[in-house]
Amino acid sequence: MRKAVGAVRQSGRRVPVASLWGVVGRRPLARHGLFAVLVAIAIVIFSYQVSSYTNYNLAEVAVFVIAAAGLTLLTGVNGQISLGHGALMAVGAYTTALLLKSQPNLAMILVLLTSVATTAGAGLIFGVAAARLRGPYLAGATLALALALPQLALHFSSLFGGEEGIPITPPSAPSWLGATFSSEQWLAWISVVAALVTLVLLANLMRSWVGRTLKAVRDDEVAALLAGINVGRIQVLAFVISAGCAGLAGALFAYWVGLAAPAAFSVTLSLQLLIAIVIGGLGSLVGAVWGSLVLVMVPDLTGSLASGLNLPSSIANNLPLAIFGLVLMVAILAFPGGIQGGLKRLAGLGRSRWRQHGLRRESG
Amino acid sequence: MRPKTVLPWAALAGVAAVLAACGGTAATGPSSSKNQASAPGITSSSITIGSTQPLTGVAAPGYDEIAPGSKAYFAYVNAHGGVFGRKIKYDYLDDGYNPAQTPTLTHQLVLQDNVFAMFSALGTPTHLAVVNYLNAEKVPDLFVSSGCNCWSNTSQYPDTFGWQPDYTIEGKILGQYVKQHLSGQKVGYFYQNDEFGLDGVKGLNDQIPSSSVVSKQDYVATNTSIGAQIAGLQQAGAQVVVSFSVPAFTAIALLTAAALNYHPTWVVTNVGSDPPTLGAFLSNISKGAAGGALATGMISDAYLPLVSDASNGWIKLFKGIAQQYAPTLPWDGNVLYGMAQAYTLVQVLKASGRNPTRAEVLKTLETVKLTGGPGLVPFDFSKSSHLGYAGVEVVKTGATGAQTALTPIYVTGNTGKIQRYTATPTKAPASGVPSN
Repeated sequence: MRKAVGAVRQSGRRVPVASLWGVVGRRPLARHGLFAVLVAIAIVIFSYQVSSYTNYNLAEVAVFVIAAAGLTLLTGVNGQISLGHGALMAVGAYTTALLLKSQPNLAMILVLLTSVATTAGAGLIFGVAAARLRGPYLAGATLALALALPQLALHFSSLFGGEEGIPITPPSAPSWLGATFSSEQWLAWISVVAALVTLVLLANLMRSWVGRTLKAVRDDEVAALLAGINVGRIQVLAFVISAGCAGLAGALFAYWVGLAAPAAFSVTLSLQLLIAIVIGGLGSLVGAVWGSLVLVMVPDLTGSLASGLNLPSSIANNLPLAIFGLVLMVAILAFPGGIQGGLKRLAGLGRSRWRQHGLRRESG
Repeated sequence: MRPKTVLPWAALAGVAAVLAACGGTAATGPSSSKNQASAPGITSSSITIGSTQPLTGVAAPGYDEIAPGSKAYFAYVNAHGGVFGRKIKYDYLDDGYNPAQTPTLTHQLVLQDNVFAMFSALGTPTHLAVVNYLNAEKVPDLFVSSGCNCWSNTSQYPDTFGWQPDYTIEGKILGQYVKQHLSGQKVGYFYQNDEFGLDGVKGLNDQIPSSSVVSKQDYVATNTSIGAQIAGLQQAGAQVVVSFSVPAFTAIALLTAAALNYHPTWVVTNVGSDPPTLGAFLSNISKGAAGGALATGMISDAYLPLVSDASNGWIKLFKGIAQQYAPTLPWDGNVLYGMAQAYTLVQVLKASGRNPTRAEVLKTLETVKLTGGPGLVPFDFSKSSHLGYAGVEVVKTGATGAQTALTPIYVTGNTGKIQRYTATPTKAPASGVPSN
């Protein structure tokens, strides 16, 4: 740490601006943090330009980004498949709901952190079991989690509110933002900040020795073992971190819906998260963002498309789902590496063109 | 180059001139005899209302006809002068009876589609997920398609109004019938494990002595395997099964019982007993092996004229409108329900004056008695109650699927005595549109 600070000072004496950028560029935390701050500013400006409904959708995207980013770490980076992340989100949501039920005035940051902690705890318990399972067996076990956990809410309906769930009052914007500031915009801000913090932390983790260890375990467990890595412990760690993200997403999801109810956390939700990280680009955090955007925006578009076609209701009602399925299939066939993979390829093409162009200009 | 650019500018100037002229006429005199954009969703020529409905999923079969039924009635009203010349635009979205989906769609209707009011939003668990939001935003939440008495919470939900009799009222009047006419028989309950079923059971318990209840079985709306529950009722020897179930689950219960050679007297809530809907379910689920005949002898209740009563003026009116404006819809209780709700909405809008605000419509509901509608009894709307119809008659399904009344009309509240209602129901207006 001290060395690094020294490096800044040393280089600062020579060429201030360029070397400061050099330091920021070289150090992941600084680089990711700076990028996140820029994105946050852009989104804050954007949130003032758009309607409350778009802000509401923005919050939804942010919630999915958090959950999908956590799943990226587990599935994309560590190679453990989870079909049960929807259930882990339920743990976060119910923690929030129960906490607010007993302490309605608790600060939101504490509610969110508690939800992260509880869900990470649930992830630890499940991760210990999961670390012993591989491939289809792990998929089966996590699927069981997705199916069974929401049923608990029905079984202990006096505590969890049964089918109807527990209502949650969405956070109202602080008064210094003005009377016209909508609660949707406030929730969008909170969710986006939470998503950016999550992304920065995960991006750093993935660049650190933990990330390299996670990838080593994914690529070859035996090799990782021979290199002195405690494979089981690393797998449990991945599960705990990933569950923590799911817990944060679940808590914000509960605020966003205004409710923690079992129907919200069906197997479909777990599969949607998996869809998001695959279609976005497996193993990439930016891919998780793309995937979440697709997940939120495509059904909205197909819905308005289907209702605009003036079809008989039995067809129009089911068309949005069918189109969504078709879009997913085409996207996977066209971009096997997900959206991020496709964009990287395009960027690669563009860059080589740019270089050629530059060379020509220099020579000419 | 120059001559080309003149044309668009000239056109723009022309448009500006026309706009100025229009603005001029509109500004000459804002008076109450002219239509104005008096509230969100109300323009000089239209009123937009929104709803969330189960168009897909477990609750869709049958219930997906309610909103098209309402829409058909609005189309009729729009073709006959509208409401103060305004056309009603009805925008209903599919939530698949999933409480996690309803909030998104409701936000879309309120924030993006800018609806004046929510109308007929269907389902207890689904609507409970948004009732806080709608009241916080002060959006009139009219005639929720659910008989939960939660809608009559005037202090917490001042902007929400029910419409159909609440399930406790239904439970009480059905319970009274069981107590009086099926006395001495062993009774079993079968109910949906949420506010819907539990409110109904509350009403039943109020009337049926607990000593005669031998088994209470519940189900959740997301799980269609209910063999264990029906077998439980059979083993307990229940001779009467009182069921608070949605149509799909009534049908599955009937089929399961038939498969177990179990033939109790079925007493089923109005929402789960419409004969045409049940008939379609029974033959669909059993792949044609069974049909509406399985529901023969079923006891239920009604607060609207009976669907099969072709001589009733209301049925003639609504059936005619349905055939003209929604010819693909089957004629059944769901369509009748949607049309009767739409009729009530037009009544309220007409009673609220030419340029109503959201608050004025709510005030009309609380202070002006809406009479002359299709219901058998009047609405129970007041400052302290937002319940809808407060009474029913008990009916029985015959061999042809036609229902007949077994008892007089009774009215009651969530608590208190059950009383006979003696006033004669009103006749349908010749124009088919409410007058006031």
